[in-house]
Amino acid sequence: MSEISNALALFYEFVIANPVFCLLAFITILSALYVVTLRNIFHCAIFLVLALFGVAGIYVLLGAEFLAAVQVLIYVGAIAILMIFAIMLTSHYSSQRISQNNEQTAVAIFTCAGFLLVSLGSFAYSVWRVRSIPLPENNTMTIGKLLMTDFVLPFEVVSIVLLAAMIGAIVLARRQGS
Amino acid sequence: MLETSYLIPFYPLLAFVVIIFFTRWNEKLSSGISIAMILTGLVHSVGVLIAMILRHGEPLEMASTFIAHPKIYLELGIWIDPLTAVMLVVVTIVSSCVQIYSLGYMHGDPRWSRYFSYLSLFTFSMLGLVVANNFFMIFIFWELVGLTSYLLIGFWFEKKTASDAGKKAFITNRIGDFGFIIGIVLLMAYAGTVNYQEVFTEIQAGKISPGMLTAIGIFLFCGAVGKSAQFPLHVWLPDAMEGPTPVSALIHAATMVAAGVYMVARGMTVFAGSADASMVIAVIGLITSFMAATIALTQVDIKRVLAYSTCSQLGYMIMALGLYGVDYANQHHSVGYYAGTFHLMTHAFFKALLFLGAGSVIHAVHTNDIFEMGGLRKKMKITRMTFLIACLSISGIFPFSGFFSKDEIVAASSTHPFFMFGTLLIAFMTAFYMFRLYFLTFSGNPRNKEKFDHAHESPRSMTYPLIALAFLSIFAGWTGLPFDWFGITSFSHFVYHGELHEHHASYFLMIVSMLVAGSGITISAMFYYWRKWSAEAIKAKILPIQRFLFNKWYIDELYEVAVIQPTLKFARHLWWFDAGVIDGLVNFAGWFTVKWADAKMLFDKYVIDGAVNGAGRICMFFSFFLRLIQTGKVQFYALVIVLLGVGVVLYKVTPEGALWYFGGVVLVGLVSAYFRMSRPERAEIK
Amino acid sequence: MMMAYLALAAILFSIGMFGVLTRRNAIGILMSLELMFNSVNINLVTFNKFIGPDGLTGQIFAIFVVVVAAAEAIVGLAIVLLLYRNWRGIEIDHINIMKW
Repeated sequence: MSEISNALALFYEFVIANPVFCLLAFITILSALYVVTLRNIFHCAIFLVLALFGVAGIYVLLGAEFLAAVQVLIYVGAIAILMIFAIMLTSHYSSQRISQNNEQTAVAIFTCAGFLLVSLGSFAYSVWRVRSIPLPENNTMTIGKLLMTDFVLPFEVVSIVLLAAMIGAIVLARRQGS
Repeated sequence: MLETSYLIPFYPLLAFVVIIFFTRWNEKLSSGISIAMILTGLVHSVGVLIAMILRHGEPLEMASTFIAHPKIYLELGIWIDPLTAVMLVVVTIVSSCVQIYSLGYMHGDPRWSRYFSYLSLFTFSMLGLVVANNFFMIFIFWELVGLTSYLLIGFWFEKKTASDAGKKAFITNRIGDFGFIIGIVLLMAYAGTVNYQEVFTEIQAGKISPGMLTAIGIFLFCGAVGKSAQFPLHVWLPDAMEGPTPVSALIHAATMVAAGVYMVARGMTVFAGSADASMVIAVIGLITSFMAATIALTQVDIKRVLAYSTCSQLGYMIMALGLYGVDYANQHHSVGYYAGTFHLMTHAFFKALLFLGAGSVIHAVHTNDIFEMGGLRKKMKITRMTFLIACLSISGIFPFSGFFSKDEIVAASSTHPFFMFGTLLIAFMTAFYMFRLYFLTFSGNPRNKEKFDHAHESPRSMTYPLIALAFLSIFAGWTGLPFDWFGITSFSHFVYHGELHEHHASYFLMIVSMLVAGSGITISAMFYYWRKWSAEAIKAKILPIQRFLFNKWYIDELYEVAVIQPTLKFARHLWWFDAGVIDGLVNFAGWFTVKWADAKMLFDKYVIDGAVNGAGRICMFFSFFLRLIQTGKVQFYALVIVLLGVGVVLYKVTPEGALWYFGGVVLVGLVSAYFRMSRPERAEIK
Repeated sequence: MMMAYLALAAILFSIGMFGVLTRRNAIGILMSLELMFNSVNINLVTFNKFIGPDGLTGQIFAIFVVVVAAAEAIVGLAIVLLLYRNWRGIEIDHINIMKW
């Protein structure tokens, strides 16, 4: 009992000390839970958007403003919208009455819980050499410079990846016989 | 000449091989090769004889080892001494005459080449027998001679009587050879060697006990009994007349049957060492001679008469040699050896002549029965003249060769009164039946008109040998006269045994033998030429005796009952046993194999197939459960990956925790599966 | 503080994994997959800020992850469309042609 109350006290102290983080984390986790459990797939997409917004906020807290912007632009603006389009194109009304989780749910819960425990345990028992890294002042400009100098190769490669993905998607999804 | 004398047997052997393998289809070539080879042999033999004369009879021995074992030493070699040289010449001369004669006699025979090859093979065997230097080698050729005799007697094997006669000859010979080989083995055991000279040395040194020497002598003589058709193994010789007449001339008159006599003469030291063995030899010779002569009196087949005559003359020779042995054992000197060997030589010539002449007659009138012949003197002049010469010779009339040899035989028997009486009686009978034969065949009037009309003189190939042999029948005997033949005084000084002895001719005995022969001829003429006395009347008076003599003293019948039938019965019993056991075994083996195969099939079906099928079924059984892993759903696979991944990591950290983890997974899975089963089914998407 | 971020990322990853293993709708799976990607990105940026190399390597890595995730989502959705065309429904647990 005393351990639990100790833990709770610590938890409350943490929340008070980092309110923004806890708020964002809470939103994100809740949205994620709804993403994976709701029956209506459309609602899931909405909550996905919310979760992504939450993650963008986390990025800002971590000092990665550009990444947050990219997150919102691309993930929310493109990918989530794309998913909504796909939902609309492939929806069945009858699918809303039956469960969206398949038969192996229980085992999956167990497995994921196990995974979570293993991960957290490994994080807790690892020795982290934490140091404070001075982040550059202008995040975006620094990233822009780095992309064009140190990481130009991955940059180009990834553009080809996108090209390939685009062509692939077009080829796959075109109407047969055209 | 002498050193290469081992080649002499190989000439006719070469002819045999070439004819059989290469020239069988070319008749002229076959006979040509055969005759060429035998003439070569003749020339070489004469050369050997001359060389031996020039050497004054000094012998030559050459040998090569055959088997060299500490206990047994056998060799193949040649021993040339005067006796051998004389025999070589005799054999080759008679063989040449017979082969040339066969050119005419066997004309048109489909198996011409085979005939000449057999003749060549026989000549090879006989020559080998004569030059052998030890008992083992002589035995080899002994058997070979028997074999070729069988082949030639049964030459016209489509005739059952001919093939039977061949078998009879061979089997009877074989019985004699059984004794012969026992004798050789005893020699090997007691003298340690089979080489002639070494055996003689052993015997003269007294190394062999008298009893054993007698036994050996008798056993060795058994071979001669078989080969030379002495009583009791004489039965094959008359039947052997089924063969072609030249064959009879060569084999059963002049050479093969002489092999027995030759062997006795060659091994004289053995026989002479034992008085008992020699007496046995002499007695058998006398019995044979007498018996054969009596039978010859009644025969009507021209060749049968001559066959029994041969038998009788051989008995003469054997008896003479036996008497020599008896006298030698008793430290007397007898002319028996000289008589026996000399008569061997002269008999070869005139008997061959007689047979060839008979063949000429048979060729002309196509019958063997003398009562179908008669008066042939007008039609066949050469045959008649030569036949007459031969008859005079065999009867022992001066100055023909037979006179000299027969006179010596009479002289040899003169020291044994009983034997002498027998000899003279047989001489009388010989003269009688030979001239009976002559008169019935050539004199008088023809009894069968048709056959007489057909008769004609034989072709030159047949008459020239007759003339040659007649020449020899007259003059060959003159070698016995004490003239100086190139340094050798006479035959007796050339071919002798032991030490050289001078013997004095008894003129008294000569006159006695001439008288006996003359009376025989005269009485025969009374019956058959002048026809003063009737043979039929005499025959009617002594019909039982005539029957007895005509049927060969019923010896063949006796053998048939006493020996042949029991042997065949016994053989049949053995065959029954053998067939039962062997067939039973074979059938049982077959049945057993089938049953065993059935058992194996069962084993195969249930055990092997069961194992194989069982393996498959086990596999299928397990796979029935294992395949459930493959659900086809990707999420299931992903779940398994994550599950096991976490499990492995957990195991690395805390093995106990991994156990809880997996246990928990299984539990949760089972529980959820249970709940899922109990809930109603979801609606399917259409 | 870092632990909090890492814990958040772990929780998000687990939730995303649960969704991948459990959702019947194909697009649901893709969405859960996006959650997993995002958790990875949080991890990267956290490490960059608290431990990592000097400079912004972590963030750039995260950018690239975003781009690749986008590409993958594109292709995935194209496949889902095809699936819908052929099967008239995108319930993943009905697709078991590779069953034994």
